[in-house]
Amino acid sequence: MSTAPSIDHGTSHGHHVEPYQGGVLRWLTTTNHKDIGTMYMTFALIMFFVGGAMILAVRAELFQPGLQLMQPEFFNQLIGVHALVMIFAALMPAATGFANWQIPLMIGAPDMALPRINNWGFWLLPPAALLLTLPFILALFGIGDGAVNTGWTLYAPLSVQGGMGVDFAIFSIHILGVSSILGSINIIVTIFNLRAPGMTMMKLPLFAWGWLITAFLLIATIPVLAGAVTMLLTDRHFGTQFFNAAGGGDPILFQHLFWFFGHPEVYILLLPIWGLIPHVVSTFSRKPIYGYKAQVYSFIAIGVLSVIVWAHHFFTAGLPVPALLYFMYSTMFISLPLAVLFFCWVATMWRGAMSFETPMLFAQGFIVLFGMAGLTGLVLADVAADAQYHHSYFVVAHFHYALFAGGIMGVMTGVYYWLPKWTGHMFSETLGKWHFWLTVVSFNLTFMPQFFLGLAGMPRRIPDYALQFVEFNAISTVGAFILGFSQLIFAYNVWKCVKGGTKATDKVWEGTEGLEWNLSSPPPHHSWEVQPVIK
Amino acid sequence: MKILRRFCLWAGISFLGLLLAVVPSLARADYSWNFPRPVTPIARDTLEIHNHFMIVITVLFLVVFGIMVYSMLKHRKSVGHQPARFTGPTGTVQWLWALVPFAILLFIDYILMGIPAYHAVLDMEDTRTKADMVLKVTGMQWKWQYEYPESGIKYLSTTSTPRDQITNKEAKGEHYLLEVDNPVVLPVGKKVRVLLTSTDVIHTWWVPQFGVKRDAIPGFLRETWLKIEEPGIYRGQCAELCGKDHGFMPVVVHAVPENEYLAWVDQKKTQLAAAAVGSDKTWSKDELLAAGKDIYAKQCAACHQPEGQGLAPVFPALAGSKIVTGPLLSAEGKLLKDSHVDRVLNGKEGTAMQAFKNTLTDAELAAVITFERNSFGNKKGDLIQPAQIKSLR
Repeated sequence: MSTAPSIDHGTSHGHHVEPYQGGVLRWLTTTNHKDIGTMYMTFALIMFFVGGAMILAVRAELFQPGLQLMQPEFFNQLIGVHALVMIFAALMPAATGFANWQIPLMIGAPDMALPRINNWGFWLLPPAALLLTLPFILALFGIGDGAVNTGWTLYAPLSVQGGMGVDFAIFSIHILGVSSILGSINIIVTIFNLRAPGMTMMKLPLFAWGWLITAFLLIATIPVLAGAVTMLLTDRHFGTQFFNAAGGGDPILFQHLFWFFGHPEVYILLLPIWGLIPHVVSTFSRKPIYGYKAQVYSFIAIGVLSVIVWAHHFFTAGLPVPALLYFMYSTMFISLPLAVLFFCWVATMWRGAMSFETPMLFAQGFIVLFGMAGLTGLVLADVAADAQYHHSYFVVAHFHYALFAGGIMGVMTGVYYWLPKWTGHMFSETLGKWHFWLTVVSFNLTFMPQFFLGLAGMPRRIPDYALQFVEFNAISTVGAFILGFSQLIFAYNVWKCVKGGTKATDKVWEGTEGLEWNLSSPPPHHSWEVQPVIK
Repeated sequence: MKILRRFCLWAGISFLGLLLAVVPSLARADYSWNFPRPVTPIARDTLEIHNHFMIVITVLFLVVFGIMVYSMLKHRKSVGHQPARFTGPTGTVQWLWALVPFAILLFIDYILMGIPAYHAVLDMEDTRTKADMVLKVTGMQWKWQYEYPESGIKYLSTTSTPRDQITNKEAKGEHYLLEVDNPVVLPVGKKVRVLLTSTDVIHTWWVPQFGVKRDAIPGFLRETWLKIEEPGIYRGQCAELCGKDHGFMPVVVHAVPENEYLAWVDQKKTQLAAAAVGSDKTWSKDELLAAGKDIYAKQCAACHQPEGQGLAPVFPALAGSKIVTGPLLSAEGKLLKDSHVDRVLNGKEGTAMQAFKNTLTDAELAAVITFERNSFGNKKGDLIQPAQIKSLR
């Protein structure tokens, strides 16, 4: 793949640069993709710490058996809201932040195609996050019984029984869903229409490809989630019986609808990361991306497969044998395109000239740890063995390897990789390395013991546990606190980099390839006023 | 910088070493790191499949990341390695190299793992063939009801861990949180068909040593089976988030030889018959209050709290409650809608308050209702007899 622009690339140095307007109004009304990208990323970082604080409270409670810090009701609220915040308010906005910043730069577009929708898409998020967490605060004033207490999966009939926190969560999900769909439409339209002349779809950077598939998945599945939670709402308040067997409904229907969204959601979170990893690996291996086409086809294959495997999330619900077999074998098939990605990542490194700056370290950490998520996922696909793993800490460990090591560490890879481009300054390598090693070690300290807890028989979502689980829980809590507090290094490093530091060159890293590295660091307010021509 | 780099290298190597040490131990039959010792055919199958799986994925992990680590060490800029420029396989040999891993993966997925999984699933779901007996398990917030349809035995099983142990006022016992008042008793060597359902939300019945985990879904019957191979006491708990006391819903199974099981059945029948007789006799108020106190502690205190103060805003207080201190029955001795007796017998739709007429005997219902009306500062002074409850059913 060659994305080297021809000579007349049009950066708008000097003329046409609009002066930045300061103040709140600029951020409220901005339609600039970089401003909006920055807001997405900042919002994601804040919510990352909010969701993290919640789970540290949970881990503190689980440090020792017995109830020390909180009652089970509050515990149940924390675990559910932690998940919703991390998925919808941290990981997804972070990915959208990348899309906003990077897609126009990488495809040679001046901005996103639909700037006002872009602005709206972002500003829907803070109210949605507020709705999600407001019941905690209301409960302090004696209003209601706290936030949603059903876990993020909102399984009926528990969620039909729940308090007003469930209603808040339902409306929050609706607003988040609207925001995601608006963002997705914008990304699809941008990629289809604003590519630089000569950039055919098969020359599109992999990051944009990853996001393109994510956007289609969002548009396909968010409405199903919205439908499911609306049915839940009418069951709760308007006398429908969708999920009540006594009224002719079926509680398992909710699980089918939820996971029809829920499984693709995993890939929605991960596809943008899988898109950015090859760029980073290629840059620091000083070697072009291996298997570009294979990766594109794998993205598409994973996107398609993701919507036909959902029932592996509830193998213990008592599905008929043919369904069990179908969902087992179809799930196993996902290992194939995923293996293609791993193969290509390693092959990109092979016989390169690697150096290990912070983004490369995070990329390597991502590949190894996400590899463990993939391998344990393969095991979980086995219906027979799943009967033991399901609902246990084994699953908790598995999806944190997928979504922390795969998701969050992937986001950090991207942030460290592109931050110098965005700010025009280099961040501190020393702090970056400290952040990486502390994160990797404490992450494993937190979640490795959880695999063993699950195997030994500890169910998830319990506020108190039997005495054979004491040691691993204590280790896990210590790890979680180190993990949580090491992320402050990241926040500090980013902040310092925004404020100043060594000037970054346009290319930033020695081995970078692609359009965005032809722009200045930081890029001008409007990136490509004259589109570059790709040969 | 050099020191840091060296530190990072060694940290990375020792981390991988740690993985090497830890991951294979998963596959060893060392049970503190693995499933608990299996005691049913399903659990043995499951453990075997799991162990094979762990070996396969450990090998995969080592091969893939061994190659990666080799590359990281050899193909570094700092050792002067010059980057190649290839972007895909060229020529037959390279294509073969690229495709062989995927052929191996397909083999692992669908032959090595897929075939044993197929047989295990069929075996797991074969609940009907040659079942010797049926156990019906009903999940309810937050206890289990066990029913032996052939013997007509039916009883509740709730946690017996004292509250003071949970709140750290007392030292925790050996089986903290995994102990119940009335365990399930099952004969060893018999195929037990287990039917599951629920009265309120979804629960999951799980005993790790049986390799059996199945959801109990309100309004539907689900089934699974077990054949316990050796006598013993097996412990597990609810595995699906089911509300406040999800973590306090243990399962305890006593597996005993068949003769002991039959003796237990006889004893349990006599015990339940004795309790049923209680519904015909007339009880004194003190008898009702004493019995009611026990039942309240087991069945009601989790939500309404030991002193009847409730847990605002979800679980209403009984102390001074309008419903509890309202009239007992209508003048004709009929059930009043939304009265105290109605609530206890029929529950309240859409809440955790269940219909206790399905789970408690006439005497137990009469006792607990009488107790609630005359405790926590409620001074109604009235009482209800088991015979009256019987006529209201």
